[in-house]
Amino acid sequence: MQELIKAKAVELLENGVCDRVLGWKAGEFFYDVTPAVFRSREEIEKDFVFGPFCGANMSKYLIAESRKEGKIAAFLKPCDTYSFQQLQKEHRIRRENVYAVGVQCEGMCDIDAMKAAGIKGILGADGDGGTLTVHTLYGDKSVERKTVLAERCKCCKSKKLLGCDEIIGGQGEELESNRFAQVEKLEAMTPDERFAFWRGELSRCIRCNACRNVCPACSCEKCVFDNPASGVENKAAANSFEENLFHVIRAFHVAGRCTDCGECSRVCPQHIPLHLLNRKFIKDINELYGDYQAGADMDTRPPLVNFQTDDPEPSVVHERGSEQ
Amino acid sequence: MQKIGVFVCWCGSNIAATVDVQAVSDALAKEPGVVFSTNYQYMCSQAGQDMIQDTIKEYGLTGVVVCSCSPRMHEATFRKTCEKAGLNPYMVEIANIREQCSWIHKDKETGTEKAIILGRAAIAKVHLNAPLTAGQSPVTKRALVIGGGIAGIQTALDIAEAGFPVDIVETKPTIGGKMTQIDKTFPTLDCAACILTPKMVDAAQNENINILSYSEVESVKGFVGNFTVTIRRKARYVDETKCTGCGLCTEKCPQKKVPNEFNLGLDNRRAIYIPFAQAVPKVATIDPNYCTMLKTGKCGVCSKVCTAGAIDYKQQDELIEREYGAIVAATGFNPISMDKFDEFAYSQSPDVVTSLEFERLMNAAGPTGGTLLRPSDGTHPHTLVFVQCVGSRCDGGEKGKPYCSKICCMYTAKHAMLTREKYPDTDVYVFYIDVRTPGKNFDEFYRRAVEEYGVHYIKGMVGKVVPENGKLKVQASDLLGGQQLHIDADMVVLAAAIEPDKSARPLATMLTASMDTNDFFTEAHPKLRPVESPTAGVFLSGACQGPKDIPDTVAQAGAAAAKVIGLLSKDQLTCNPCVANSNELMCNGCSACEKVCPYGAITYIDKDFRGPNRTTLRRRVAQVNPAVCQGCGACTVACPSGAMDLKGFSNAQIMAEVDAICK
Repeated sequence: MQELIKAKAVELLENGVCDRVLGWKAGEFFYDVTPAVFRSREEIEKDFVFGPFCGANMSKYLIAESRKEGKIAAFLKPCDTYSFQQLQKEHRIRRENVYAVGVQCEGMCDIDAMKAAGIKGILGADGDGGTLTVHTLYGDKSVERKTVLAERCKCCKSKKLLGCDEIIGGQGEELESNRFAQVEKLEAMTPDERFAFWRGELSRCIRCNACRNVCPACSCEKCVFDNPASGVENKAAANSFEENLFHVIRAFHVAGRCTDCGECSRVCPQHIPLHLLNRKFIKDINELYGDYQAGADMDTRPPLVNFQTDDPEPSVVHERGSEQ
Repeated sequence: MQKIGVFVCWCGSNIAATVDVQAVSDALAKEPGVVFSTNYQYMCSQAGQDMIQDTIKEYGLTGVVVCSCSPRMHEATFRKTCEKAGLNPYMVEIANIREQCSWIHKDKETGTEKAIILGRAAIAKVHLNAPLTAGQSPVTKRALVIGGGIAGIQTALDIAEAGFPVDIVETKPTIGGKMTQIDKTFPTLDCAACILTPKMVDAAQNENINILSYSEVESVKGFVGNFTVTIRRKARYVDETKCTGCGLCTEKCPQKKVPNEFNLGLDNRRAIYIPFAQAVPKVATIDPNYCTMLKTGKCGVCSKVCTAGAIDYKQQDELIEREYGAIVAATGFNPISMDKFDEFAYSQSPDVVTSLEFERLMNAAGPTGGTLLRPSDGTHPHTLVFVQCVGSRCDGGEKGKPYCSKICCMYTAKHAMLTREKYPDTDVYVFYIDVRTPGKNFDEFYRRAVEEYGVHYIKGMVGKVVPENGKLKVQASDLLGGQQLHIDADMVVLAAAIEPDKSARPLATMLTASMDTNDFFTEAHPKLRPVESPTAGVFLSGACQGPKDIPDTVAQAGAAAAKVIGLLSKDQLTCNPCVANSNELMCNGCSACEKVCPYGAITYIDKDFRGPNRTTLRRRVAQVNPAVCQGCGACTVACPSGAMDLKGFSNAQIMAEVDAICK
């Protein structure tokens, strides 16, 4: 797969389809992959990688890149393409400046899961299928991919590549996903238990803003948390509870636009399951306004900025909310 | 820092009885920025207003807080007062300590505490108020009346009489509405057609009135004084300008089996038809659901017989766009469906009819030529049972309507009376819950039915109607006599409840006019503004606002016209300066605000901004048209980055109020 993608990247550059390529570059460690822009065959041959740790959602980077001069080619995984379409709907990405190559995905791995499986000193990994060969300081090890997948990939919602100019690795299908199972568990808690759960999780937040910075839905010109006039800007928190509200406000801001790509939880250095907040919103929207997947198409209106005469009345929503 | 004056009103004893006004003005005097605080018996009186003006001048106030009744009542009054004293009217805030405080509290201590908190919130807001200047917008001097029944016709005639052009949009091929189907009218018993058709002709001939029949409102944009309405002119497959209304086509059309809606399906019409003899416009219409030519391409008889060459099978729906200053909803009513009232055997026997069907059976232009005959066998009925409140005043509302349909008592008395007068050999029973006859000469009318015409009025409801051997076995209770009755009737007439026309709800959505749970349009104030909808520039005429008889409908139609004339006679309207504005530096151009704006006030432009290192960045940003914006604030909530804000109700102002309340 990596070779196919690298060859395609070189081909697109040399045929003049684009003047830049957005892909992944190896970091300090093998599993420490970062998004990067490549401008020549040499750069691509030297640094371009694609492997089981290329989890970053590339669509976010296209907001800035598509506004620059010239055309950029981007390699997008299925979940990236949902964000790609959603951001086009919000007029954030200039589609005409992007050449989108869809890349089929078998699920990205979680380094912590791999370490937990007893694999240490990782130097590299091979294999596109169900079994990965992991090269370590202590020799090669074989591991089942599904046992070391990131949580978001275990309950992958879709392998469909949307709105791409071309596709590598074949088109996929929407999947039956049990991604709301964890939300249901939270819903089953009493309000006190749930409050305690979130206080426990959110109290670990160090307010590094990684979740916001990586989130494709968080693409405001000026974030309310950076705007002194908004009243909720960054400031020394009066208490730890105030700090927690950052995540609640953020979840409200991305409600209806979040594609459930799970980047927030991936980048959180404190391992807070932030995607659960967003998933609760997605579940509620599905239940109240009918199934809706942000970014799944280019023309429907998100339910939260749409009005239909048969929308549930506020009192109905309220009753539903208070019964728990 | 603002210099704020606080004026606490007693409203006689309305506020002072439950709120310690002295304590309120004393407490608020200590708030930051407050330089003057007092209380007075009637702040809205001349003396009270003078006090406010004198204080503004003496203390150099920059902001005013009036703790009084709802801002809906006197905000405008106090704004004017302050403007006269040289203060910008938008530097005035009202703390509602009457409707939201004294009227709902019994305990003086809690009432006083809450009044102080509400006053404190208003003071916090005034600190952030900025002077605002209202713009002006022009008024399009043309009105749209939606619905061409007696309500719409009367409203249009009155507006036209004042010299303003009016369009009537009517969904049916002719204007006239329900009144055309009625035989006689209570309490005078004149024939409905005799008093209605001259008005229809007047409307057609009035040069200020333009009738758009067989048309529907497709969309409404804009705001008071400046509505843009798209109207769908449905294809009638007949050129209105050429058709002479001779009716030859309607005689020759071979498709004879089309249920005639004018006679409620009691007889048939042709596929090409003129609804009734006095239709306005008197133009034929082809029913595309039945026309053989339109369905199979084979026939064309009407086209062959038409000497005017008016038939056009290729006609398409046409969309026209017009500008209006005011819109009147006059969408009227319908009797409810009898599907859920199987106990009355409506679906089992053709001799069980609704009251409107009975009108057609009594009418000279009806299916029986005015002779009362049973629909089943065409024989003369001898025993008739009228059932009132079928679907009206139903508890629970699952089966019928919770309200009184208002007109049934009177028309049932009329039916009973007319039956007895024409056919003295009949026995007529009326079953009722109550007989309600408030109206001029109404009770006299009902008493005449009982006393002079010998109609048997029985208090009680009919439990069951069973068709048996050509008779209708009616089982009912006589509550006053305390007995069960069994009547073998020849006909049963059901006074079906009335409900708003189905077109009213989508129309209300288009007009952003509010409705009640029964889909009647809501008036701006049930007593003091009965013909205006809460949406500026939208007025209500007739039964779309609530059940009404003809005299009430005509009176309300005239009242709605008067309001429209008042609006159209203005050249300019003062705009609301409390409109949204977008901070372009923060705007993402994401279109969320545009999508939620019900008025179409938001557009987008690509604009150049200075970027870092002397670069230029072109960004898509939102722009608000202040003349179109109504200040609803939907966009400010939808905006993810807080770039949209509402003047006079900014996020910061609202948060300051909340903070003051929570302090």
